[in-house]
Amino acid sequence: MILLAANTSSIGSEVWMAVVTCFAAIFTQNILLSYFLGMCSFVSVSREVKTAVGLGAAVVFVMTATTILNWMAYWWVLVPLNLEFYMYILFIIIIAAFVQLIEMIIDRYSPSLYQSLGIFLPLITVNCAILGAVLWMVIREYSLIVTVGFGFGSGVGWMMAIVAMAGIRQRIDESKIPAGLRGPGITLIIAGIMALAFVGFTGVLQ
Amino acid sequence: MNGQTATKTTNQIILDGLWHDNPIFRQILGICSTLAVTNNVINTAVMCISLSLVTALSAATVSAMKDWTPKTVRMMVQVLIIAFYVIIVDILLRAYWPDMSRSLGPYVGLIITNCIVMGRCEAFAQSNRPWPSFLDGLFNGLGYSVILLVIAAIREVMGMGTLAGYPLPYFSTQWDKWVIMVMPPGAFFVLACLLWVCRSIGVKEKKA
Repeated sequence: MILLAANTSSIGSEVWMAVVTCFAAIFTQNILLSYFLGMCSFVSVSREVKTAVGLGAAVVFVMTATTILNWMAYWWVLVPLNLEFYMYILFIIIIAAFVQLIEMIIDRYSPSLYQSLGIFLPLITVNCAILGAVLWMVIREYSLIVTVGFGFGSGVGWMMAIVAMAGIRQRIDESKIPAGLRGPGITLIIAGIMALAFVGFTGVLQ
Repeated sequence: MNGQTATKTTNQIILDGLWHDNPIFRQILGICSTLAVTNNVINTAVMCISLSLVTALSAATVSAMKDWTPKTVRMMVQVLIIAFYVIIVDILLRAYWPDMSRSLGPYVGLIITNCIVMGRCEAFAQSNRPWPSFLDGLFNGLGYSVILLVIAAIREVMGMGTLAGYPLPYFSTQWDKWVIMVMPPGAFFVLACLLWVCRSIGVKEKKA
């Protein structure tokens, strides 16, 4: 009985840890604004809110699923076999295979969703945010439950940043910006200001 | 390959990689990992050397294997080649410089998804011989490194008053340290300003 109680309380604290990690990944340690991951697609795809939402949703889903899959692959397969140095190859293959699989499933069952997501899915394979989240998960040695929270939170944080950026960029479309600063330059400055805002969340958790 | 055309194109490759097609300014590639490691010059230098070597060697390998690789799986083959070199770099760092490996964290592994490496393999190495591909990869890597080092130097001097760990005379004593420079927003601002300067020079060059 005591053992059972201890067990449930430890699961409860695990879940609580997962919730905290999820919030941390969204606000205080936003994967884009404080670790700079996924910048390439952030700069190039953040022109329209609609596409940004599509890509963001795809990233949330793929990130949650692949961090869990890669957690299993790393702790249940690579660590027992002492093959940790193969992790990069394994992670990349799992991410690519997963994205391919999802693409095929969506294409088969929901062609309209496939039409709207179509271009973004293959792009996700080379999105550094996904691999970055997986590598952080390994380096910080999260447990499986915490990993779920972390993967989901990172995805949501990334989506929030790209959607906000797309909204701002639509607004500044008609503003007069110096020629050399147009495009990526101004995007980076906006990202800097956004990052500054997110720095304000430091200390909310802990 | 014959000597004459090779020297000509070699110069071109070098210039293109360093300035005309500079990966960061012209192509806006690979800025993912650009910013995270640039709050300290030494970290940045290690990261840059790793990236240049990985780009050069994987471009050469992709180019050497291009005749035997089926077109349909070439992306996968390229990723595996890149991952292979990244693993070597990672293991070397872990064995001989564990502190550095720890402070770079996941960013060494993230070289795999750095768009520059893939970009050079796909855009240049696919259709060229191994040696020019090697040079192209190396100098694109160096073009990237120069900018990273400039950003890192600005951030470290203004944020901490040191350069590569050594305190500078004025900045470490009188200078009011800009803490924002070592924090993430600083990286965005410095890169944006550098982009602005270099692109403005580029605009003038085109007009002239």
